[in-house]
Amino acid sequence: MEKCTIKVNGQEITVPENYTVMQAANDLGIEIPRLCFLKDINETSACRLCVVDVKNMRGLKNSCTLAITDGMEVETESEEIHEAIVSNLELLASNHVFECWACERENNCEFLDLMRKFNVENSYDASSFFTKKDRQINDTSSSIVLDSGKCILCGRCVSACDKFTGLGILNFNERGNETYVGPALYHSMEDSGCIYCGKCVSVCPTAAIKEKSHVSEVLDVLRNKAKKVVVAVDPSVRVTLGEDFGTEIGENVEGKMFKSFELIGFDEVIETSFAHKLSIKEEAQELVNRVSKDTLPLYTSSAPGWFNYIEQYESEFLNSIPSTKSPQQISGVLVKHHYAEVLGYKKEEVVVVSIVPTISSKEEAERVSNQFEGIKDVDFVLTVKEYARLLKRKNIDLLKLEDAKPHGELVQLTNCSLHTTVSVLEETLKAASLLLDEVPQELDYKDTKGVKEATYKLAGKEIIVAQVHGDFTIKEFFSKMKKTKKVYHYIEYTGNSVGCTDGGGLPIRTAVEQDLVQIEKLRHDSLVSIQNEAPQATEVIETLYNTVFEQPGSQKALDMLHTSYTKRKFYT
Amino acid sequence: MIERAHVLICSGSMCVSRGAKTLHDEFEEHLTRLGIRDEIKLVNTGCVGLCEQGPFVIVYPEGVFYALVKNKDIKTICEEHLFKGRLVEKLVFDETLTENKDIIAFDEIKFYSKQTRIALRNCGLINPDDIEEYIARDGYRGLGKALLEMTPLEVIEEMLASGLRGRGGGGFPTGLKWKFAYNNKNDQKYIICNADEGDPGAFMDRALLEGDPHSVLEGLMIGGYAIGANKGFIYVRIEYPTAIEKLKTAISQAKELGLLGNNIFGSGFDFDIEIRLGAGAFVCGEETALIASIEGGRGMSRNKPPFPAAKGLWGKPTIINNVETLANIPAILFDGAEKFAKIGTERSKGTKVFSLGGNIMNAGLVEVPMGTTLREVIYEIGGGIPKNKMLKAVQTGGPSGGAIPESMMDMKIEYETLIEAGSMMGSGGMVIIDEDSCMVDICRFYLDFTVEESCGKCTPCREGTKKMLEMLEIISSGEGTLADIDRLEKLAKTVKSSSLCGLGQAAPNPILSMLEHFRPEFESHVVEKVCPGGVCKPLIHFEILDGCIGCTKCATNCPVDCISGSIKQLHSIDTSACIKCGVCKNICPVDAIITI
Amino acid sequence: MKSLDDLKKIRDAAQKKVSMRGKNDGTRILVGMATCGISAGARPVMNKFVEELSNRSLDSVTVTPVGCIGECAIEPIVEVLEGEKRTTYCRVDVRVAERIVKEHIVGGKVVQDYVIGKFRI
Repeated sequence: MEKCTIKVNGQEITVPENYTVMQAANDLGIEIPRLCFLKDINETSACRLCVVDVKNMRGLKNSCTLAITDGMEVETESEEIHEAIVSNLELLASNHVFECWACERENNCEFLDLMRKFNVENSYDASSFFTKKDRQINDTSSSIVLDSGKCILCGRCVSACDKFTGLGILNFNERGNETYVGPALYHSMEDSGCIYCGKCVSVCPTAAIKEKSHVSEVLDVLRNKAKKVVVAVDPSVRVTLGEDFGTEIGENVEGKMFKSFELIGFDEVIETSFAHKLSIKEEAQELVNRVSKDTLPLYTSSAPGWFNYIEQYESEFLNSIPSTKSPQQISGVLVKHHYAEVLGYKKEEVVVVSIVPTISSKEEAERVSNQFEGIKDVDFVLTVKEYARLLKRKNIDLLKLEDAKPHGELVQLTNCSLHTTVSVLEETLKAASLLLDEVPQELDYKDTKGVKEATYKLAGKEIIVAQVHGDFTIKEFFSKMKKTKKVYHYIEYTGNSVGCTDGGGLPIRTAVEQDLVQIEKLRHDSLVSIQNEAPQATEVIETLYNTVFEQPGSQKALDMLHTSYTKRKFYT
Repeated sequence: MIERAHVLICSGSMCVSRGAKTLHDEFEEHLTRLGIRDEIKLVNTGCVGLCEQGPFVIVYPEGVFYALVKNKDIKTICEEHLFKGRLVEKLVFDETLTENKDIIAFDEIKFYSKQTRIALRNCGLINPDDIEEYIARDGYRGLGKALLEMTPLEVIEEMLASGLRGRGGGGFPTGLKWKFAYNNKNDQKYIICNADEGDPGAFMDRALLEGDPHSVLEGLMIGGYAIGANKGFIYVRIEYPTAIEKLKTAISQAKELGLLGNNIFGSGFDFDIEIRLGAGAFVCGEETALIASIEGGRGMSRNKPPFPAAKGLWGKPTIINNVETLANIPAILFDGAEKFAKIGTERSKGTKVFSLGGNIMNAGLVEVPMGTTLREVIYEIGGGIPKNKMLKAVQTGGPSGGAIPESMMDMKIEYETLIEAGSMMGSGGMVIIDEDSCMVDICRFYLDFTVEESCGKCTPCREGTKKMLEMLEIISSGEGTLADIDRLEKLAKTVKSSSLCGLGQAAPNPILSMLEHFRPEFESHVVEKVCPGGVCKPLIHFEILDGCIGCTKCATNCPVDCISGSIKQLHSIDTSACIKCGVCKNICPVDAIITI
Repeated sequence: MKSLDDLKKIRDAAQKKVSMRGKNDGTRILVGMATCGISAGARPVMNKFVEELSNRSLDSVTVTPVGCIGECAIEPIVEVLEGEKRTTYCRVDVRVAERIVKEHIVGGKVVQDYVIGKFRI
């Protein structure tokens, strides 16, 4: 890579020739304000806050995408530039609904940070001649909310949706100063074809797109003495919760997390690793059944975005979705319809609150197919950042808590090893072999451009299995598969498209971090590195089968631990 | 029977809106009735340019120039002139008739004598629907010469030598732009004709597309050959259905003759042209938004660099040229670059088509050599200001340009001089402003347009233009202060310097230029609370003077019934109820109502 | 369209279509029309001129009816304008028209016996 030498504010620096002006300035320690830029995701230069003065170039140029040329001279601190930044922030403020004290992003709003930094006044509020845009709130969906009053039209969500899913659910509507972001024709989100992957939520710099909040509802139910509130916590929460209190990315705060459950007033705790193990057994049984009956393929994933996609876009594959419920749902149904009795609680007084990294789980909990005997498996779903917010509203500083073990009896009854691996496919294949008393095989993958393929023998048949992990969107994968007529019998989708690792629920990192740091990898590696304990895991599961279900796939299991999917249309 | 006379009916947009289409049918009817239909060739030709006096009928070989022709006049023209040979004097455009009733060739009258029609060379002279008439006037000779006698680089050199600069507003040397695209090696390149003429009041490109579509096709092909593109697009705004039809006809005729398609002139050069329609967005006249639109996306501008010549349509090297630029190219090729370069000034070669409008006697299309002064255009070609009003300013460049005050009327028209004066050439709109106009109101008019047309992508344009418009409303409301003017100027400068594309960068130009030349007028609005031009409604009221004859016309027509008075008595207006619509003032037969 | 020659052929053929428009420096034949001219038989004369010129491909010569030239007794009257030179013929019929084209326009010699001045009332 060739190098170039440029001058920024009089200081010389030599950098690779493919650098942008902003990158060169950052390397010199010169901070340039930015609001819409996200490397490789949104490079539209819409906010005009990163403008700089380049010698021999007319007007101010945005530094975020401007390629450097040898000998370029850049100025970032002139009167004209400062005026432009303040002016543009004032313009953004003029249409903004400021309720920062009540806003989800009060502590990490990129817009508010710049307003503070540049000491901007909301000068357009003074005169009635300046009209403010009407506020549009799109909140009928159970998972996601759009609030145009907080939107600064950076376009990150539009780009993210297009890049990660290829579905283009969000785009700009209308034109000019009447522009809104949302589904076409301001349609409701739940009927827009959205699969709730949550990518838009993670990239939004303000609170314009976020998960539907259930913090108040959970605080209400915790105050209710008549209820027994059980928290079902996803294993990954321990390595992400701390981030909203200032820890390093992926720092394990499990001890403090458990202490917080106790302080906040949860009556019982259950880790969904337990339910995960059950789900593997159930899915393994399903796989075995289908192999013997030749009713493959089976398409699985650990994120509900996957099933949202098939229901709405590829309904011909509806029957290929495993019917096993997700760990969140299994935890809920077991707690209410088995462990409640064991612990001496009445079914009706038990409330299950799940803490998860995915916003799609909220919609999942509301599905009618996720009820048993007319009772919802899970009552409320909180994302990791919502739980952090809940603690802050209760003035609990997580990092000041002492480490503790999870409290209550339930956790003893369901104590098992932590689920830290991310491959449902491998675990299921292994469990399937064990169900058939066969020897589990090593998977010899052949990685072809983002798809790891292998063959596996089950019940005397050879099946082709695949793990789809590449960067292409879910839409691209299906179209390629149909075009090449490739046969897969068992597929797991672990790609970015459906929010497997960050489904919109994890603490939002700064834009600079999102550009430079491999955030997901750090979190993933941290989780995987945690040592498992509790070798009596299998005992607890076997007891459950012996006492309640008899065996995987039994009628009782099908009733409680399995769900169903339906073809869904959108823009109806 | 060979036709002994040609009757040309001007079918430019102004004439058509005054009923020119029906004139052709009238001619058919009367000529047939008189039995002389076969002796006369009827041609619907392109825009003649003197739009204020249309509809026009021009009879050759005499060269008689009939103006303001109505349907009922056709009978007379047919019977008297075409059948009996007697001129219909009352219809002849008076400037083309001497005292002795001799006919002056119309291109010798004042309006045309100062014009040099290169881009408009065929408009008003040929039938645009007949490719052979285009060929008869040297059509496709330029293309033939380029393909058979020149290399692409030689064509580019010729373009550089001519000094032709983009006529759409940018003013970038065409040859240089082509050279960039030529140098970017790629197996696929594109050339696009920008026919999304969006400036309000501009119709130069429309006249060219409707009156001489082949010149645009030929220019596009020559450009394609020069840069190495074999695919061209013409992006036409959908509000020009006639232009679209004419282009379609022209394309199919060119294909039939082998002048479009594979192996043109046997040279091995293939070229295909596709028409793409706009959908009502001014911003799609900006080249990157235009490209986004052709790609099927929202018409939103993109960052430059990279420039389209490097990475444009679908990421390929793309050249976008304006209609008028392309119309000049065949003439440059077949007449030679040197001849073209002799016209105009050192920095701005050739001619420019302007659409003259506003308070001017001869509103219409004019094509003048660069270097002509504004005074010459307004007074010698344009015929001066109606009702002998004083000239206040000339606004050039549409919503992207500024106003040039009367004191600078001897300025030579060039790209650079207009920019130095705080305006710009733009696509050629020229609005003449007389003493009865308000500069604040004119700014409001242009900002209203820009606010509507902003694509909404970048902060300064999306939000800033709206705020500037609202600030102008504060100023013209009488509730403003001097601080509001300062604030407006400050915001205008920021929007200009930090906007992403040309629309936002140029939107504040009317404001900044008006503030530079007419600041006292703005200050009047906020200090004395007076609108000197008598336009801004909150600051004016109407009064009925002593000259009132009590005819009650004003009272009868007032939409809010705020005028009282009995017959033959002095009437009066209740200013608190008055909505300032101005109907009473316009309708008063004795001009007894004035604006204060 | 394979060569510039092919284009030139079309151009030359199409010249006829447009040559009449614009400034005309060629020879002009004016045929006195108006009511008196028509009743004297000027229309067939004019048509004859058009036919003869077309047959001989004399594209630069134009024929135009004009109003009453005067001298109604000796109509049909035809004026041939060649630049400054003006020749006035009278009592022109179809035969004379053909002679004017052949002898005057093509041959360059005025048809003396029909020039005005020969006919005195």
